[in-house]
Amino acid sequence: MNGFRAILVRDIRLSLRQAGGAGAALAFMLAFLVLIPLAIGPDQATLSLLAPGLLWISLLLAVLLTTDRMFQQDYEDGTLDLFNAVTLPLELNCLAKALTHWLTVGLPLALISPLLGVLLNLEASMIAPLMLAMVPGSLALSLLASIGGAVTAGLRRGGLLVPLLVLPLYVPVLIFGFSASSGEASSSSSSSAYLVLLAVTLIAFVVQPWASAAALRAYFQ
Amino acid sequence: MRLIADNLACERNGREVFQGLSFSIPAGDYLELRGANGSGKSSLLRILAGLLPVAGGSLTLEGSDAGLPLNQCCHYSGHQDAVKSALTVRENMDFWATMYGGAAVEVALAEFSLEGLADHPAQILSAGQRRRLALTRLLLTPRPIWLLDEPATALDVTHQEKLVALAVSHLARGGMVVAATHGDWGLKPARQLLLGEA
Repeated sequence: MNGFRAILVRDIRLSLRQAGGAGAALAFMLAFLVLIPLAIGPDQATLSLLAPGLLWISLLLAVLLTTDRMFQQDYEDGTLDLFNAVTLPLELNCLAKALTHWLTVGLPLALISPLLGVLLNLEASMIAPLMLAMVPGSLALSLLASIGGAVTAGLRRGGLLVPLLVLPLYVPVLIFGFSASSGEASSSSSSSAYLVLLAVTLIAFVVQPWASAAALRAYFQ
Repeated sequence: MRLIADNLACERNGREVFQGLSFSIPAGDYLELRGANGSGKSSLLRILAGLLPVAGGSLTLEGSDAGLPLNQCCHYSGHQDAVKSALTVRENMDFWATMYGGAAVEVALAEFSLEGLADHPAQILSAGQRRRLALTRLLLTPRPIWLLDEPATALDVTHQEKLVALAVSHLARGGMVVAATHGDWGLKPARQLLLGEA
């Protein structure tokens, strides 16, 4: 478990010190949200109607934008070779990487993006349910994205491939995340959607370590 | 302890790199791998480190303590330094000390005279200093087998001698060294293995 914590600490440090981590994702999201009213017009009722969905899309794209770096650096500088020689299983190593990504990118964006909803005339009553759904939703997004990151670790320009691989996996997160955050907080349909969203997150939690580690092992040949 | 390769074969992307390779390294011995570019020196080291599958034949480590798998008995030092530029020299080594379960970071850094740079980001290191930092990992935790790929690359004379001295004392403690090299880097090989062009 010491190794698990060491990877978390190291990757959080790297993410904070290098360009292209959490800051880039936040800047991307901000730029995206600023452009939307320019594209669909200043009608406040339309914006307010579309706001939750657009915030979900912006979260999803911002998470994707930062995933190609997740394993690529370790692959290129030889760190991955050495991970083969330590006692910590590669599966836990991959889980630590996905959790780091969530802590540095997914979680901050999930907490900030509903507030950025102001730019889209998001109703104030929607902020809390959006945050509540985006926190577990972003964890699922980070976990799923890391599978794509592991598959493309050794590919130059793999960043363009990750969205193609991962976007289909994002469909359930988007569907249930959106319906969990759009309805009335007390309505039964949104609370059951919330439970499904949690279930999707748990499934991603279980599948991610094996899938990512298997993808990385394929590079050892 | 003895490392035995019997009729070992290596294949990369369907292309046969070598086959029928047999050797045996007793404790305290240094095996030097020689051969032309592409003859499979690095591939053999990667097979020993468990980074490439064994395409044929067998590889056994006799008499390892507690039956540890081969990859956990090896220190592999390849062409890449696995040094993170954004971390300080000490943070880099603290990380690997934790991963390997070792603790001797300060001592290891001092061996390669990097203690003065410990709090600087690894970004400012020269190629030779990065190499020294990568080699520092060999000392973090004792492992019986050192696998070195062109170990002396970019090292100055002083540190090349230092590396040889460390390797000699590693051998004296009953360790093994397998190194791929093109030139003489100072360590006298007990045996040499010449890999042919495939």
